[in-house]
Amino acid sequence: MPDKVRVQLTVNDTPHDLLVEPRTLLADLLRGELELTGTHVGCEQGVCGACTVLVDGTATRSCLVFAAQLDGAAVRTVESLAGADGTLHPLQQAFHENHGLQCGFCTPGMLMGACELLERTAAPEPDDVREALGGNLCRCTGYQNIVKSVCAAGVAMTAEKNGAQA
Amino acid sequence: MKPAAFAYLAPRDLDEALDQLAEHGADARVLAGGQSLVRLMNARLASPAVVVDINRVGGLDALSLVNGSGPARLRLGATVRQRTSELSPDVAAHAPLLAEAGTHVAHAPVRSRGTVVGSVAFADPSAELPTALLALDGRVVARSRSGERTIEADDFFTGPFTNALRDDELAVAVEVPVTAARTGHAFVEVSRRHGDLPVCGVAAVVSRGDDGTLGRVRIALCGADERPVRARAAEDALTGTDGGADAVAAAAARASDGLFPLADCHGSADFRRRLARVLTGRALRTAIDRAAIDRAGEAGNA
Repeated sequence: MPDKVRVQLTVNDTPHDLLVEPRTLLADLLRGELELTGTHVGCEQGVCGACTVLVDGTATRSCLVFAAQLDGAAVRTVESLAGADGTLHPLQQAFHENHGLQCGFCTPGMLMGACELLERTAAPEPDDVREALGGNLCRCTGYQNIVKSVCAAGVAMTAEKNGAQA
Repeated sequence: MKPAAFAYLAPRDLDEALDQLAEHGADARVLAGGQSLVRLMNARLASPAVVVDINRVGGLDALSLVNGSGPARLRLGATVRQRTSELSPDVAAHAPLLAEAGTHVAHAPVRSRGTVVGSVAFADPSAELPTALLALDGRVVARSRSGERTIEADDFFTGPFTNALRDDELAVAVEVPVTAARTGHAFVEVSRRHGDLPVCGVAAVVSRGDDGTLGRVRIALCGADERPVRARAAEDALTGTDGGADAVAAAAARASDGLFPLADCHGSADFRRRLARVLTGRALRTAIDRAAIDRAGEAGNA
């Protein structure tokens, strides 16, 4: 068996110092080792987008990255969104209010992809959302309510920010 | 499925990477963006004993204009991400075809990690970026312990998923000549869904000479043969013409000459030949229009 690789990374601001098998995918590290099972694994070939997380702020397929590659990286998963008291993130609240999910399998990937978009574009138009989440498959909703949810979250977060500044 | 076990090497500089490739040869695979390699490893279609991760090798992430001997070139290092290339002002100014072709590749989260050089080296016969490199008269810069050589795109793609690199060589960059004046480009494709590999795609670049005729025409196809190919009969038919509707139609009719497209669930060989002709017509019309706009722009500046 090849040597394990030492990886120091942060996941949702918690530092980890780990020895990983080279073939361990980031998705499996998160789910199997760190017990962060919010990240879902669908196709394991980069097609479905369910396993999308943020690596150094960039939406990334966690099934197409080896944990060994991430020494020094900062990873954010869906578990980072809600507050410690369970208060939903504005994106999660918007998905809840706009019926942006049914079975919920794709939702963690949708949320993290949307997170990256909202970092770049404060109040995205529907076409911006379609472009950003075009690689995330949902077999339940027909997508309309997902697009609506992300746009609504953008509006809510912008209003909150402006309110805080006022 | 999960990948088979492998040894992970993360060289810190180019010499170390080249030593490792020399040592492990055909047992090693180079990991850059990993958006093709890891997918294949997950499916166990690839099970390399050694993976050489070049992401920590300094200097490979440079995207730069090179003014050495010969015409100016745009150079993209082996770890330049597709998303970086797509959004780069230098690429937009000097090789806009590369940016346009790039927007058709998968989706943003894949392009954020996937590299331009990696896609070229992977040599998928259906992929957009190898085809763009062909149409741009690009080349691949290969390094090994025994030195550096450049491989013209025309000689690089040797078959489906195979290229002209030796086992001990690393593709350290791709280079394309900067776009000449009075040049127009277009990339068009038909795919089942946005982001899918195309059933067929066409990259076209046309340049007008001083007399207004098309002096240089490049047409490259993906999904149309066992490797990305030039449509040379169509290029020849259009070269020297005024680029009018009749000339474009005559050239497009030749776009499928000599092709041996694969047939699969996405389309028969005949369907792909037809797509090659139709899409070549579309690509040429757009490229010629853009060359005219470029020309008008020059006149406006004069």
